[in-house]
Amino acid sequence: MAHISASVYTSHIPAVGAALDLSKTAEPYWQPVFKGYEFSKQWLKDNKPDVIFLVYNDHANAFSLDIIPTFAIGTAPEFAIADEGWGPRPVPKVIGHPKLAAHIAQSVIQDDFDLTIVNKMEVDHGLTVPMSLMCGQPQAWPCPVIPFAVNVVQYPVPSGRRCYMLGKAIRKAIESYDEPLNVQIWGTGGMSHQLQGPRAGLINKEWDQAFLDKLIAEPEKLAATPHIDYVREAGSEGIELVMWLIARGAMDDVNGGKPLTTRHRFYHVPASNTAVGHLILENN
Amino acid sequence: MSLDKPYMDVPGTTIFDADMSRQGYHLNQFCMSLMKAENRARFKANERAYLDEWPMSEDQKEAVLARDLNRCIELGGNIYFLSKIGATDGKSFQQMAGSMTGMSEEEYRNMMVGGGRSIEGNRYTGEKK
Repeated sequence: MAHISASVYTSHIPAVGAALDLSKTAEPYWQPVFKGYEFSKQWLKDNKPDVIFLVYNDHANAFSLDIIPTFAIGTAPEFAIADEGWGPRPVPKVIGHPKLAAHIAQSVIQDDFDLTIVNKMEVDHGLTVPMSLMCGQPQAWPCPVIPFAVNVVQYPVPSGRRCYMLGKAIRKAIESYDEPLNVQIWGTGGMSHQLQGPRAGLINKEWDQAFLDKLIAEPEKLAATPHIDYVREAGSEGIELVMWLIARGAMDDVNGGKPLTTRHRFYHVPASNTAVGHLILENN
Repeated sequence: MSLDKPYMDVPGTTIFDADMSRQGYHLNQFCMSLMKAENRARFKANERAYLDEWPMSEDQKEAVLARDLNRCIELGGNIYFLSKIGATDGKSFQQMAGSMTGMSEEEYRNMMVGGGRSIEGNRYTGEKK
């Protein structure tokens, strides 16, 4: 049977992708950001999964205001890289895992989560920046990826509680898949940031660090945090952090299994407008 | 009965909810059209004529022409959509975000390098700094 071996959490700041693509990683401004991922790149090489289930949000690229799915699962064999207005990032196309994705859709929908199934979709920096941070700049990504897009652009976005419960349903789906696949689940976005209005540039380090602490130790309590706390304390775009709870809800320790291991933790301010947060949690 | 919107008292912040999205639908879809290179070229060649192809309000069109992002947001624009205008103009996300704060580009960049805008005094409208 398939199983989830680990979860990865990271911001997905577009400027980080641009810094990589334009070879600026050695600049003093960017050095500390990429240094925080050196361990992670080696870790991923040493712990290469068969599939990555990658939770992210689209930023007005694949989805316009014509259709706004709350939860969308990518079931295609491959996904092209979106042109977000500056031209597509020069990164490999994303190879999907249609069979596992369809299996997860079937199981999770029967568990009362109404997923939108997407057979054709471009992926934006929300997905490709985490891949770049964790994999560097390879010719092809190391394994297939199932893109899972969450609406965190138009309110109301799904609650933390619902995201956490969805993570549990995704875990159950993966564990009922017949092939013995090693799956990692990644939650991306955040941390504190606000990109709009006179309050743009907001950062709240204390809140971010407390979020990381609670995500590790008290995820169920953290899942009860209302939207308004994210908006007020972590900025209007800080709401992306609810997506981390999907990955967290899929881990062993909150589903009757053994305690997990915190393999890596990193936090840095700033990258462009945003606080960078990153965790690797392993099942045992 | 009106819906609960607890986010109305967050200073300097407009939450893009279903009401705002309804008002901003054409404005945001216009922005989305700028993802195509040929549309960017047509828009740059004659901005007013390009905007007139969209059923946007006059206020929305004027806000776009003035690149007044705060006004665009007030009229239903969302920053991820509006960023396509910035991309067309060759602006970074940081330049766009900074343009809404009343700070110069350099002041905004320095604020971010210094740890960002503090949360203290920025939680509630009218709160003492």
